[in-house]
Amino acid sequence: MSVLALTVLGHDRPGIIAEVTGVLAELGGNLEDSSMTLLRGHFAWTLLVDTEARPEDLESRLSGLRAEGLVVSVLPLPEHRREGETGNAFLLSVYGADRAGIVSAVTRVLADHGGNVTDLTTRLGADLYLLTAEVELPTDADVTALEAQLKSTALTLGVEAHLVPVEPDVL
Amino acid sequence: MSAIVDGRIVMSGLAVGAVLHVVTAPDPVLSTPCVDVDPRDPAVVRLAADLLATQRVSPGCVGLAANQVGINWRVFSLDVSAHPKARTTHGEYVLINPRVEAASRNEKGREGCLSVPDFTGDVKRATRIAVRGWLPASGEEVVIETDAFEARALQHELDHLDGALFLDRVAGAHAVFARKTYL
Repeated sequence: MSVLALTVLGHDRPGIIAEVTGVLAELGGNLEDSSMTLLRGHFAWTLLVDTEARPEDLESRLSGLRAEGLVVSVLPLPEHRREGETGNAFLLSVYGADRAGIVSAVTRVLADHGGNVTDLTTRLGADLYLLTAEVELPTDADVTALEAQLKSTALTLGVEAHLVPVEPDVL
Repeated sequence: MSAIVDGRIVMSGLAVGAVLHVVTAPDPVLSTPCVDVDPRDPAVVRLAADLLATQRVSPGCVGLAANQVGINWRVFSLDVSAHPKARTTHGEYVLINPRVEAASRNEKGREGCLSVPDFTGDVKRATRIAVRGWLPASGEEVVIETDAFEARALQHELDHLDGALFLDRVAGAHAVFARKTYL
């Protein structure tokens, strides 16, 4: 078995997920992690499937979706062993008037501090641009310095930026 | 004699318990509502001691419901007194047949669970709560009024007794996360 990465994008309607997973089930594929949302009304789904099927076979089985205008891709994913993460989890929220360069400036600051984005959502509203990100920081990261740099970057961009710890509690 | 002295619950009549195996989802016992029991029943008193013993040896564990050790009884142990997010605490105790009397002021927090080792999730919980229950052995009735982290932990354990996991209460489709660190 090997892992294939599927992406399905396009005009939303009821039944897309049921159709794709129906094909995967017929091929004996095992659905692993996936994430779907609507991006400005467009259906947007990324999923990993463990299957013996060849990418081209899966693609041809999904050709009906292509015919209706959805963008479907099937790519083999190289083996990847998840490394032991020992960082601390933070939630970053950034919002303000939309302008070019918010995401790049803010995520550059994170990267310079060794911060790894593990989950990201950006939304463009009528008057407000919003970014929320889950960030993994190395245990030895200087959080105070990172916060200060995020604040000054936010000031330059005219946006608000807040970084809060979100360590889970085992109950 | 009152069972709450200087804000702490006084536990008495418990022997040293045995450490039990903690079951993990999708074990059906975790999805089954627990049944009320007699707080003076020797088997219930023994379970109370076992829950405390198991909780003490589980790193980072602040509470344990009976169905987490495979027993379908309305009993849980709790001790948040060493937790940095705790404000009011009532020490280390076991409650039998607990029920929520009042709850208010919801707040979101990220929870993990010994019985769900792979995931964490954001869950809204009341930050003020009153819980009525009975103590093992003595059978004394107590009402615990608390806040902050002890309130969250109580609700998490009460959910277990109702056959629910934090996964049943997450704040949305993107509010479940891979658990990164194993305590």
